[in-house]
Amino acid sequence: MIKLFSLKQAKKDGESPRTGTQKKASAAQLRITKDINELNLPKTCGTEFPDPDDLLTFKLIICPDEGFYKGGRFVFSFKVGPNYPHEPPKVKCETQVYHPNIDLEGNVCLNILREDWKPVLTINSIVYGLQYLFLEPNPEDPLNKDAAEVLQNNRRVFEQNVVKAMRGGYVGSFYFERCLK
Amino acid sequence: MGSDYAHRKWCHLRKVLERSGPFCRPDFEPSPNTLQFLSENCKLLVIGAGGLGCELLKDLALMGFGQIHLIDMDTIELSNLNRQFLFRQKDIGASKAEIAAKFINTRIPGCHVIPHFCKIQDKDEAFYRQFHIVISGLDSIVARRWINGMLISLLNYEDGELDQSSVIPMIDGGTEGFKGNARVILPGLTACIECTLDLYPPQVTYPLCTIANTPRLPEHCIEYVKVMQWPKENPFDCPIDGDDPQHINWIYEKSNERAVQFSIQGLTYRLVQGVVKNIIPAVASTNAVIAASCSTEVFKLATSCCSSLNNYMVLNDLDGIYTYTYEAEKKEDCLACSQIPREIQISNSTLKLKDLLAILCERVDLQMKNPGITANVNGKNKTLYMQTVASIEEKTRENLNRSLVELGLRNGSEIMVADSTTPNTVVMKLKFSTSTTDIDML
Ligand SMILES: [Zn+2]
Repeated sequence: MIKLFSLKQAKKDGESPRTGTQKKASAAQLRITKDINELNLPKTCGTEFPDPDDLLTFKLIICPDEGFYKGGRFVFSFKVGPNYPHEPPKVKCETQVYHPNIDLEGNVCLNILREDWKPVLTINSIVYGLQYLFLEPNPEDPLNKDAAEVLQNNRRVFEQNVVKAMRGGYVGSFYFERCLK
Repeated sequence: MGSDYAHRKWCHLRKVLERSGPFCRPDFEPSPNTLQFLSENCKLLVIGAGGLGCELLKDLALMGFGQIHLIDMDTIELSNLNRQFLFRQKDIGASKAEIAAKFINTRIPGCHVIPHFCKIQDKDEAFYRQFHIVISGLDSIVARRWINGMLISLLNYEDGELDQSSVIPMIDGGTEGFKGNARVILPGLTACIECTLDLYPPQVTYPLCTIANTPRLPEHCIEYVKVMQWPKENPFDCPIDGDDPQHINWIYEKSNERAVQFSIQGLTYRLVQGVVKNIIPAVASTNAVIAASCSTEVFKLATSCCSSLNNYMVLNDLDGIYTYTYEAEKKEDCLACSQIPREIQISNSTLKLKDLLAILCERVDLQMKNPGITANVNGKNKTLYMQTVASIEEKTRENLNRSLVELGLRNGSEIMVADSTTPNTVVMKLKFSTSTTDIDML
C-alpha cells in the first residue's frame, strides 16, 4: 500500500512549481485532434477549417455523386463542445435543402446526432451518416413533413422537386437558394 | 479550561488516532501529532458549496480538518434553502462559497475556511498543487472532467515512473435524487473520471423527428421549444439561460401552446425548469450519506488510520438502503490518465518542424504514419501541421520549414501528436539538449 503523504510533510505552500504553467489540453481537445487527424472522407465529402488552430469549429461539404441529390453542394456546420465525446457535436445544415430529414432551419434528424450518440462514435461516423441521408432520404422520420409525404406518394414528383430546389426556385411556397455545384 | 475543552472536543478522534487497531493500515503510527496535522497542515480543497458541499464542509470541519479551501461560482437561491443548511433567507443572492465559509468559521472555532467565489477553471496549476486532497461535490460532468484533467496534469513522471509525492487524491461524491456514489481516485494510480466516463448516463434526448412531428410527452413539447423554436425566434438575442425566469417563462408559454395543440397533459412550469436545466430533484438524505462517506475517506487518507475505499461505492436509498462497492478499473487507453508524457530529445534548437515529423516517423519506438501535431502556445491551441486534412494542410504547410523555436516551442513544451498508429492522441515533451552543439564546437 502506498503512503501518499507523510505527516512530516510540511505545508505545501512553499513548494516551488516543478513545471511551468503551460495550459494542458483537455480530454475533449485530445480526442477531437485524433478524430480530425483520422478523418477518412468519402470522395464526395470535404472539410473546411476557417481557423486551423480551432479544430472544434468546421464545415463539412457534401457533393453527392448519385441519387436524388446528385450535383448539389451541401454545407454542414459542426460545433464540438467541451463535453465531447460524452455529448455529440452540434451539426446544422447551412444549405437550404428540400429533404424529408432536414428542415428549413437546417435541423437534421439523424439518430447518432442525438438519441443514439455514443462516445465511441467519431466525426467520421457522423460524416457517413450525413452522406447516407442524401443517398437514402427516410420518409419514416420526417422533419420536413411535406417533402416526406411527396417522397412516399410519388417518387417522380419528389425527384422533380429536389431538382427544382437545387436549381434555385420555389417548391410550394418556399424559395430555395441555388446549390448546384 | 480552554485546553481541557479542546482536549474533550476531540476525545473521540484521539481514540482513533492515538491507539492502534486491527483495521489500521500497516504504515499507521499512533501519535498525538496526527490531530495537529489535520488542524494545521493538511490542506483540503472542497469543490462545490451546494447540497453536497454544505454537508462535506460541516463533516470535515467537525472531523478536525482546519485548513479548508472552498470554491464555487454559484450564488444562493431560495430553492437551495431546504437542504443547503449553511444558508439563510437573508443570504439569497450572495456567494455560496463566501457564506458557507463564514458560517463554518464562526460556528467551529479553529477551522479556517477560505472561500473562492469563481469557476474552478479560473484557478491555475499553482493553486491546485498546494492541496493534499481534493474533494468534489459537483453536479456537472464537464467540471469533473476538468478537475480530473488538472490533477493528472500535476503528476510528475521521472523516466516513466510516477513520482508518488505528486499524486493529489480526489474524493468524488455525486448524487442524483435517491442515487449516489462516492469514489476515491488516486490520479495516475487508480481509475479516473475519464476512465469511467461511460458510467455517467448521457443526457436524455428524444429523436428530433418525434419532437418535431409526433410529440406525445410534455417533455417533447419543451424540447421542441428549446431545440427548434428558440434558435429560430431568438426571443432575447442570446442562448437559453436556465436561471433567467424570463427565459423559462417564454419557454413555458410556447411549450404550453404546443401541448394544447397536440392535446398533451401534464406540462407545468416546474417541469419546464427541470427539463431546461436538466434538474433531478435533490434529496437531502442522499447528500448526507454520500458526504459522510466522502469525508470518512478523506480522514482515512489523511491519517492512514484505515484502508481506503476500493474504490467506488454506489448507494440507492429509494427502497430501504442498498449499497455495494466495487473496484472501477483503470482504462489502459484512458484519454486522461494513460498519458505519460514521452520525452523527445531535440539535439539542435534550430530543428525544423519537418525534421521533428521525420523523427516521429523514423524513430523505431514510434514509426508513425501521418502524425498531426498540435501544441498549446502562450495559452492558445495551435495546429502546427496536419497532413490528412486538405484545408488544414494548406494553411499549416508553411510551418514545416520553421524552427521549433520560431513556432513558440521551448524546452519542456508539450506537443500533442495524433496518428493512426496510436489509439489516442499522445502528449510528448520536448527536451532540448542544453545547446551542447555551440559549446562543443569551440
Ligand atoms: Zn483515466
